Amino acid sequence: MRPVSLALHEFRFAQKVFWRNPASVFFTALLPVLFLLIFATIFGDDTIKDLDGVKVTTYYIPAIVTLAVISATMVNLAMNVTIAREEGLLKRGRGTPLPPWVFIAGRVGNAIVISAIMLVVVTLIGKLLYDAPIPWDRIPAVVVTLVVGAASFCCLGLAMTVIIPSREAASAITNAITLPLYFLSGIFIPENEIPDGVLSFANHFPVRDFFEAFFTAYSPKTVGSGFEWGELAVVAIWGLAGLVIALRYFRWTPRS
Amino acid sequence: MSEPVISIRGLRKSYDELEAVKGIDLEVFPEEIFAVLGPNGAGKTTTVEILEGYRDRDGGEVSVLGLDPARPTAAWRERIGIVLQTTTLEPALTVRESLQQYAGYYRNPRDVDDVIALVGLEDQSGTRARKLSGGQQRRLDVGIALVGDPDLLFLDEPTTGFDPSARRQAWEMVAGLRDLGKTVLLTTHYMEEAQFLADRVGIISEGEIVALDHPENLGDRRRLPTTISFTVPAGTDLSGLEGVGQTLSNHDQEGGSQAVSVSTHEAVSDLNRITAWAIERQVEIDQLEVRRPSLEDVYLELTES
Repeated sequence: MRPVSLALHEFRFAQKVFWRNPASVFFTALLPVLFLLIFATIFGDDTIKDLDGVKVTTYYIPAIVTLAVISATMVNLAMNVTIAREEGLLKRGRGTPLPPWVFIAGRVGNAIVISAIMLVVVTLIGKLLYDAPIPWDRIPAVVVTLVVGAASFCCLGLAMTVIIPSREAASAITNAITLPLYFLSGIFIPENEIPDGVLSFANHFPVRDFFEAFFTAYSPKTVGSGFEWGELAVVAIWGLAGLVIALRYFRWTPRS
Repeated sequence: MSEPVISIRGLRKSYDELEAVKGIDLEVFPEEIFAVLGPNGAGKTTTVEILEGYRDRDGGEVSVLGLDPARPTAAWRERIGIVLQTTTLEPALTVRESLQQYAGYYRNPRDVDDVIALVGLEDQSGTRARKLSGGQQRRLDVGIALVGDPDLLFLDEPTTGFDPSARRQAWEMVAGLRDLGKTVLLTTHYMEEAQFLADRVGIISEGEIVALDHPENLGDRRRLPTTISFTVPAGTDLSGLEGVGQTLSNHDQEGGSQAVSVSTHEAVSDLNRITAWAIERQVEIDQLEVRRPSLEDVYLELTES
């Protein structure tokens, strides 16, 4: 099983590099937690009438989990794979016997593990600080949503490297894509404050669908197993589109 | 002689309108350190990247370790080590970790400590790559290329931008690879580097090999004239020296002396005529110097046409 052990080898180094990079740790691990604390403080213990009286803090747990997973996957890969490409690390890797997919697998594996860690951390903070219930009954829905979403946003992150021309542009382009979607999709602002037209526009993009899937899985008002297959399908289709673009146009050599 | 490690015939490559490589023929033999020497933009990197399997070619036959690099295999990659033109390191990993990471890609890697010693980074083995000096980073770069224990090593401009002492250290390290029995193809635009390291040098200019030989024979140095130079007191009458050498130039210098320079293909007899002339006229000759054309002169003549 050499390819598997190679992928694990690569994963171990991707982990080291991630935790030693202050920018990665801040934007991926600390910022989502900071957002949760800020939003929970500002919006306090209100309840949201339109969502069956769910508490605002309970609302923010799946919202921030969504943000954290997208940061750990799409944003992280779009930035770090672009930087690795521009620094020549991808080119150098191609010059070794390492199969190219292993190089990607190590980084994707890292992104998915970081996503899972963040999901647990945010959920626990929600429970400890805001008494947001842990959705024990709907764990399968939470896990499936995490896996489908993390994998899809990894594909989208790899696709984004195709349009990012340089390391300087990486952060501007990823922020220009994600920040508006976070606002429009009800991640930063509770969705009852957002006009219906805006929400239905946001529904065309995977951030909103991913959040809705997490919200249903997390919400204490959900009846049943909490799977949002329709939303997950939209996320997965976006992911597949990203994968096709990445497979077709991904480049290993520096662009600038 | 044994089978060549690298064999190139009629290699051509163009980028849009620009013909970067215009029909190169070259053979590199086992355990040889071969330098491709040329100015920037001569086609060195294009040639090397074709051999490394990074670029496709427009024409010609190429064989590297018995395989066409246009269709590289993992088994072939096991046998080559590559140092790219720009240093390529993961800044957050230490020297040891960087080598361990790449060692994991190969079936029969060299011992990591062994590689650390080879590139002289024993004292930095726990230092992250971003904290190393430029010269140390480049040595780690070479260490990464060696960690798979390759038969053939490519070094693309290994010391460009180095200060003289870092360059010296890098040279000694590369010279040490000879003892490991590696074949090395290096590109450089430094004359002294090719002279110091290489068994043979191919000078490349505008996409063509313009000279190929051992460094000491390169470019048929006898073809270029020897220079005899000396100074005489200012105002000395130089009559009587007509016909010495091919060209004779003189100019007044500060401090009341006159510098004379003779360019000649018959250095011995011309030197004799000059000294005879000086004794006969009782002219005081100073700073007499006879200079054979240096490799640098050959290089400049070949590449600046």
